Amino acid sequence: MTAQAGSGPAHTAPPARSLPGSGETRLHRLVALVVDKPGVLNRVASLMRARNFNIDSLAVSRTDQAGLSRMTISLHGDDVAVEQAAKQLYRLIDVVKVQDVTNEPTVEHELALVKVRATDSNRAEILKVVELSRGRVVDLGPESVIVEISGPEADVETFVGLVRTYGIKELVRTGAVVMARGSGSIEEARKK
Amino acid sequence: MTITKGGRAKAPNDGSASSTVTSSAAAKHAGRARTSHEPAAGTAHAAAVERAQREMLHEGPSTSAMRPADPGPRGARPRIGADVVCEAILRQGVDVVFSYPGGVILPLYDILGDYPELRHILVRHEQGGAHAADGYARSTGRVGVCIGTSGPGATNLVTGIATAQLDSVPLIAITGNVPSALIGKDAFQEIDINGITLPMTKHNYLVRDANDLPRVFAEAFHIARTGRPGPVHIDITKDALQQETAAAHPDDAEVRAGLPGFKPNLHGHFRQLKAAAAEVEAAQRPVILAGHGVLHARAEAELLAFAEKASIPVAWTLLGIGAIDERHPLAYGFMGMHGWKHVNRAIQSADLLLAIGMRFDDRVTGNVRTYAPYARIVHVDIDPAEIGKNVAVEVPIVGDAKRVLEALTPMVSEVPRESRAEYLDQLAEWKRDSEASSWHGSGSWRDGLLSADYVVQRIGELTDHEATYVADVGQNQMWLARYAGFRHPNTHISSGGLGTMGFAVPAAMGAALGAPERETWAIVGDGGFQMTSQELMTLVQDQIPVKIALFDNKKLGMIRQWQEIIYAGNYHSAHLQGPDYLKLAEAYGVAAIKASTPAEVDAAIRFAQGVDGPALVWFEIAGEQNVFPMMPAGKGLSDLIEHWDGEPS
Repeated sequence: MTAQAGSGPAHTAPPARSLPGSGETRLHRLVALVVDKPGVLNRVASLMRARNFNIDSLAVSRTDQAGLSRMTISLHGDDVAVEQAAKQLYRLIDVVKVQDVTNEPTVEHELALVKVRATDSNRAEILKVVELSRGRVVDLGPESVIVEISGPEADVETFVGLVRTYGIKELVRTGAVVMARGSGSIEEARKK
Repeated sequence: MTITKGGRAKAPNDGSASSTVTSSAAAKHAGRARTSHEPAAGTAHAAAVERAQREMLHEGPSTSAMRPADPGPRGARPRIGADVVCEAILRQGVDVVFSYPGGVILPLYDILGDYPELRHILVRHEQGGAHAADGYARSTGRVGVCIGTSGPGATNLVTGIATAQLDSVPLIAITGNVPSALIGKDAFQEIDINGITLPMTKHNYLVRDANDLPRVFAEAFHIARTGRPGPVHIDITKDALQQETAAAHPDDAEVRAGLPGFKPNLHGHFRQLKAAAAEVEAAQRPVILAGHGVLHARAEAELLAFAEKASIPVAWTLLGIGAIDERHPLAYGFMGMHGWKHVNRAIQSADLLLAIGMRFDDRVTGNVRTYAPYARIVHVDIDPAEIGKNVAVEVPIVGDAKRVLEALTPMVSEVPRESRAEYLDQLAEWKRDSEASSWHGSGSWRDGLLSADYVVQRIGELTDHEATYVADVGQNQMWLARYAGFRHPNTHISSGGLGTMGFAVPAAMGAALGAPERETWAIVGDGGFQMTSQELMTLVQDQIPVKIALFDNKKLGMIRQWQEIIYAGNYHSAHLQGPDYLKLAEAYGVAAIKASTPAEVDAAIRFAQGVDGPALVWFEIAGEQNVFPMMPAGKGLSDLIEHWDGEPS
């Protein structure tokens, strides 16, 4: 048996309250500065898993400041969910600064190494594609070439699509790293 | 004592229904002095406690000197890592640890005797130790400390650590680990406990070098109690405990400098405060939702000042109990799944919710889509991640409840009660209705056994509502929250977030040591009691005066209730056999009494109060009494079930 507990001021049924995180999803880029300690990557990865965020890519490296590393985390989600991800990251003691740069003008780069199957008959054609794509041959073998390609994810995607017809033996991508354009600095901002 | 070999044990409650008393133990321990954990004024310990309390309330460094590293008791013996552990704990104002030894933590036990001012409670299971440290922390508002060894000792702590994490309790869990050289080799009693506690702690450490211990402990205490409190786990290798070290304890500034990523925001943003004040001005039907954050910040007076100035009724979450004296005219009641109908009704018809230090848990909101459909929401929390996590809010304010309320109160206009008379009168009428319809307090229920709400109410009344009441989990927890009547902060202790059965007895053990000036009652069902009843022996050995109210319906009551209402009466595993609790208590040396009828209740409670030391009251309560109202999981606050076929309303 149920009872209607609420009798609100309005006579019409109120609209349903929105659920955080149920909006339209899109690709977001989070930049995180973290303390360079063992286990920090594990903390970040564990948190994202536990909170049900799916990481598309994660790139980690040192910064120019001693003791500080930088992560670029790419993930899909609606704006509220990604804001929640950023705030959860902030709860980690070793996370110093998190910034969602999705809506900012940024330079975004990814690097890929592609080992393409090559024969005497198509090697010249492959090299032409590499040249037109501004790639670089970093290893030349009798049956394959390794191409280094870098640029925005979409450009890497396009190149990989182009050489797939020749046969890709191996592919490795770093995931995107991003930096906001202009003189602003996340590393300087954290000190404020 | 007779031991029944094989077959079923004899039903424990046959024979005489009159009260049976086992009191030899009480006599044995009578007259033994209780150890107070309130520090004597002017001592180094008192200064350490003051420092700890100031930091918990974010009041900045104390002017009193940091307790010096104590070189005394070691004599000629060199200082080792284990000494640093003891020094660090004492420096932080903690004088009792709950612990269980084991192979790799033995270096610590080898020197514990050199620190007589650090009381060591030998628990019977590490889970009990973690819950006891939790109860100590909740009753004192300070950090609790528990210690276990590696492997199983560490994993046994896990449930207690998780309990503290979900309820934001400041706790330090210390474990030993195998020597550094054996880490990762699957050594005896080695487990990656750091990996296990990582997602359930505020932070954790693995220490392999004794020289890191002073810094790690100082950081751990600072993290555990600063901002939103929480548990911190410190895993120390055996060789680090044994290693000689001269490393000094860092001062506060050094600790903060070493944690560049940890700067909780305490003061609400001015623009947001102004927006909140404007919401309050515009609201016709505002309700304050007070949570655990009010207690953590010790913001009870500020909450009252704000509520009184603007004449806004205060509802509370399970862990927000004690934020306001329940007798206050603006104290409206306990909200949520088993909260009062009038409170949920007020929330569903409110046009403004002022949520302070609470997190819109699913037990509070039910279905978010239909939650408080007319309300705009102002959400104050010290943890930004809580804001917008479960419900979208109009005005987010990140800050400490005390500071935010202090700033907000002068910004709102004074609203006399008469200006809200229509609203407040309606709420008062709803309250009268729902209190009358939810009460089965005649004393006995339809099966002739005790009605639980009556027993809880009598415990509250006979203790003048001045005790510390520690709940277990399930129906007993909800009855306690609804019917005991709370007056003061930190006198209600309950595993709200994790819902850990077996919590009450060990947590009450810690609470009794933390607040020895209060009587301590553990309210526990027969299910939860059987999970951690081994701590009875700890209560006796250390003469910790916990009064246990065992609510025995020979059922897993909340399971049975759900099965009756949601699973069409399929009572699989809801029936629970128990021992003869008087004999059990006697075996442990705990004074015990049984009450099965309303006439026996008061005498049984008074008997327990009269025992100098632990005591157990075995209340035989109704077998099939439910907690109503009840919001079924997934439903909304307007979908309360208030009674069920077969039960008198």
